Amino acid sequence: MKIHEYQAKALLTRYGVATPRGEPVFSAEEAAEAAERLGADRVVVKAQIHAGGRGKGGGVKLADDPATAARITGEMIGMTLVTAQTGPAGRVVSRVLVEEGLDIATELYLGLLVDRAEQKPLFMASAAGGMDIEQVAADTPELIHKVHIDPGLGLAAFQARGLVEAIGLTGVSARKAALLMQRVYAAFLAVDASMIEINPLVVTGAGDVLALDAKVTLDDNASFRHIDLVDLRDLAEEEPLEVEASKHELNYIRLDGTIGCMVNGAGLAMATMDIIKLAGGEPANFLDVGGGASAEQIKSAFEILLSDTKVKAVLVNIFGGILRCDILAEGVIAAVTELGVDVPVVIRMEGTNVDEGKRMLKESELNFSTADGMGEAADVVVGLAAGAQ
Amino acid sequence: MAILIDARTRLLVQGLTGREGTFHARQAADYGTTVVGGVTPGKGGTTHDGFPVFNTVESAVRATGADASVLFVPPSVAADAVMEAADAGVALIVCITEGIPTLDMMRALAFLDGRTSRLIGPNCPGLISPGRAKAGIIPGHICREGRVGIVSKSGTLTYEAIHQLTRLGLGQTTCLGIGGDPLIGTSFIDTLELFEADDETDAVVLIGEIGGTAEEDAAAFIRATVRKPVVGFIAGQTAPPGRRMGHAGAIISGGKGTAAEKMAALSAAGVTVVNSPSEIGAAVAERLRPEDGGGVAAGTHSGV
Repeated sequence: MKIHEYQAKALLTRYGVATPRGEPVFSAEEAAEAAERLGADRVVVKAQIHAGGRGKGGGVKLADDPATAARITGEMIGMTLVTAQTGPAGRVVSRVLVEEGLDIATELYLGLLVDRAEQKPLFMASAAGGMDIEQVAADTPELIHKVHIDPGLGLAAFQARGLVEAIGLTGVSARKAALLMQRVYAAFLAVDASMIEINPLVVTGAGDVLALDAKVTLDDNASFRHIDLVDLRDLAEEEPLEVEASKHELNYIRLDGTIGCMVNGAGLAMATMDIIKLAGGEPANFLDVGGGASAEQIKSAFEILLSDTKVKAVLVNIFGGILRCDILAEGVIAAVTELGVDVPVVIRMEGTNVDEGKRMLKESELNFSTADGMGEAADVVVGLAAGAQ
Repeated sequence: MAILIDARTRLLVQGLTGREGTFHARQAADYGTTVVGGVTPGKGGTTHDGFPVFNTVESAVRATGADASVLFVPPSVAADAVMEAADAGVALIVCITEGIPTLDMMRALAFLDGRTSRLIGPNCPGLISPGRAKAGIIPGHICREGRVGIVSKSGTLTYEAIHQLTRLGLGQTTCLGIGGDPLIGTSFIDTLELFEADDETDAVVLIGEIGGTAEEDAAAFIRATVRKPVVGFIAGQTAPPGRRMGHAGAIISGGKGTAAEKMAALSAAGVTVVNSPSEIGAAVAERLRPEDGGGVAAGTHSGV
């Protein structure tokens, strides 16, 4: 789960990580009040969306007095912010963070995640802060310093000191940064983060070390033990159909094509998207109904698929293991009967109880096309979608 | 020989009394697997569907001589159950459970480090050696005894590959799903090593997907070590970057983990990489034709 910058900073603050003083606000009036309370010579107004690259897109602005902060906030709220990470459609800004401006001497980078290959947490630090770190990794990988952490022992003090030295800090700032790293690691474990990124980490003219920006992604699989963090989810940042799908425990991702797909299993669902593309079509979505979907879930899946008005034909590709083909057929028949599906539906199914499933589809006398094998199914559905346009 | 499980395997089911555990313990036993019992804390001493139930893995192993365990336990306790099995000395631990917190799995893997147990999964369909035994959820009726090994990150896509092979009369030695999570116990490389050493396996199907670098690592290993023919498919050729495609591990991030990179790496290692998932079976048949030499990693037939 992604969360907003202001939420990430609040979480990190709980574990002792220094961040600038600031408040999230939803209107120009609130922004003026927040700027007043902060009492800083200068405040920064930052659009809160779940995507980076906000500065270049006009989502980060300075204000020298509360009235200016209010004016900027008024302009930002409601605007569609397009950044390198949002895609061309952008995101609508509904809240901003008003924060004290700092006297910044140095900008650095910190990142923490679990390295799949080493199966251990990996702390990364770089003196090339404030920039696109993926670009830095591609152009000058030697500027990114890495240390793997022993899961049993945690981040050792010497490891933190080593990273701090590698990114050029000395004296009081070095000690503060090393301590901050250990606090970031403590937060990472405590909240079950998938990733924490601080870009930039700044050293002020006075030698203080603060997280000027913060990105925290939480592990959805661990949400059962973090009831307090569930509220941080901002549904407005997510595709409405994807939110609806998650309520039915369906895994749906909306794409741009015209062929709706319903598949069981993530690998087979991706492979189905691939084979549609090879047949000359474009998938409208990824949809994994899971290993043991019920007839009710199949129906909900159809509803979600068909809410996307770009869909011109639907391909159902099910390999029955736990999910039996007769259950699938029951769900598909119910959906098509009750929802009045008016686009062509191609069904390819195989596996457990396949003969019973095929018999049910046939006896329903509904207008399904059936196919033997994924290749044939893809050809048929692409042809039907083209004919429907 | 098949790999990892065979007719001698003595299988325990952790989470036996749950819905999934009950169903798949019965399926495994009906397939001919020696299912020696199950573990459900608090229900020790009872019998479930004819299988004895134990409170701990340790007591189950002591009483039954189990050497493999398959886990159908909830995600919140799954990593603990893996560690319990390893602590009891179970040689093969197969974790089917999906949705285990990454940090739990990280700790369980650290616990396994230096112990003798092998973990398959988590978030996987398990494995089957057709005609001999199965541990997991792969449907037995789609498989056939034979000489092709399958290793895959996916569940149902594995069934698809098995089905294509069986239809062509190509049976399997062992079919294994390694799991779609970022952190897993057994890698492609571990499995390829086993298939390469297995006298009964003539060819291997490797099914990968976007995310991580496991396929690239496998390609390097194949180039250096594997002499048997390998056919590969990578799911997610059309997946957009930054979106997690169902599996926690299936995400293209920072421009890394794309299908194109993986396919190129495998092709360069002599693997026959098919673009379409419907061509997996035919590509294996092609590589097993006598004129192919029946073994030596021959030239690349990208796209078939």
